[in-house]
Amino acid sequence: MHELVITQRIVEAVCEVAGEARVIRVRLEIGNLAGVVADSIRFCFDLCTRSTVLEGAALQIHEVAALARCHSCNAEFLVENSLALCGCGSANVEILAGHELRIKEVELQNV
Amino acid sequence: MCSTCGCSDRTSIHFHEAHEANHSDEGSGADSSQTARIVRLEQDILAKNASIAARNRQWLEERRILAINVMGSPGAGKTALLERTIRAFAGAPAMLVVEGDQATARDAGRIVQAGAKAVVQINTGSGCHLDAAMLSAAVGKLDSPMDSLLIIENVGNLVCPALFDLGESARIVVMSVTEGEDKPLKYPNMFRFADMMILNKTDLLPYLQFDIGECMRYAHQVNPKLAIFQLSAATGENLDAWYAWLRKQMEPVVRLTDFSETALSSGR
Repeated sequence: MHELVITQRIVEAVCEVAGEARVIRVRLEIGNLAGVVADSIRFCFDLCTRSTVLEGAALQIHEVAALARCHSCNAEFLVENSLALCGCGSANVEILAGHELRIKEVELQNV
Repeated sequence: MCSTCGCSDRTSIHFHEAHEANHSDEGSGADSSQTARIVRLEQDILAKNASIAARNRQWLEERRILAINVMGSPGAGKTALLERTIRAFAGAPAMLVVEGDQATARDAGRIVQAGAKAVVQINTGSGCHLDAAMLSAAVGKLDSPMDSLLIIENVGNLVCPALFDLGESARIVVMSVTEGEDKPLKYPNMFRFADMMILNKTDLLPYLQFDIGECMRYAHQVNPKLAIFQLSAATGENLDAWYAWLRKQMEPVVRLTDFSETALSSGR
């Protein structure tokens, strides 16, 4: 639901950077724990880019696997689902990666 | 570490084709106006919201206003809890309320009846959450006295509000025992980023098959630091712990002259 607003923010931010240039490609990084559905962003992207310098731009989304460190046994592990539970049973963990919600880079072409 | 871009993120897949395509263009003598260029942004998509939230936070701190963001499903009892709390504190401190709903000013009406000093209703229309800019506009409309408590009742939704920092000091999720024990597992972002969970409608427990212990276990699996209070906003049972928590949050922020136990107990 909130992906529409988030896509609008992406388009605003990229428009600011692009100025008059045409945007060929936008690369995003979305963590598995970010609470944002990549497919919904893709769906909204075409709508939000219409009549902007982003119209027709390719969207590449890199989904970042969630990584955590356990404070009980010090192990690092990939978080398989939204519940960050260590194999040792501890929930006392620190999330190292997975909350990313970032515009990595944009590819521009001067017109 | 990646030798191309120096990135140390082990979990990240890189896009070196693009780097290389760009590097190979450099010095090739191609007309620069025709050349694609890559601009590295590394920009947090919610950066704009975060900066407005930071501004809100500073604005609130300057006025010594404690802001609490109350979230939860529709029907969890957020407004009922606010009504009860506003009556209990009886104006000490002054209570300011921002009400977020998709439509109608019904909740604002209830809050005014309960005795809030000021209330602003935000109707988000198609929006499913409040964001920092909405709060900024709303507090601009409030006649916000110094040393007050601002309660922000977010749009009833366990997903979207979790993502948007408003500039609040604390986040509370209200969940009711009619919702099922596993809500914290199903909506982990909401519970992971909350400071406190209120398990509301405990007066209904005799009529439900709700395992409180299991619900609390799930909530602590998602967020081991989550404080949990069980209460009934409808009957008023066990509200003392919630009031004490609120008072403790206010102590370092809000300067209260006529704030007393008497004011609390008379309104209960």
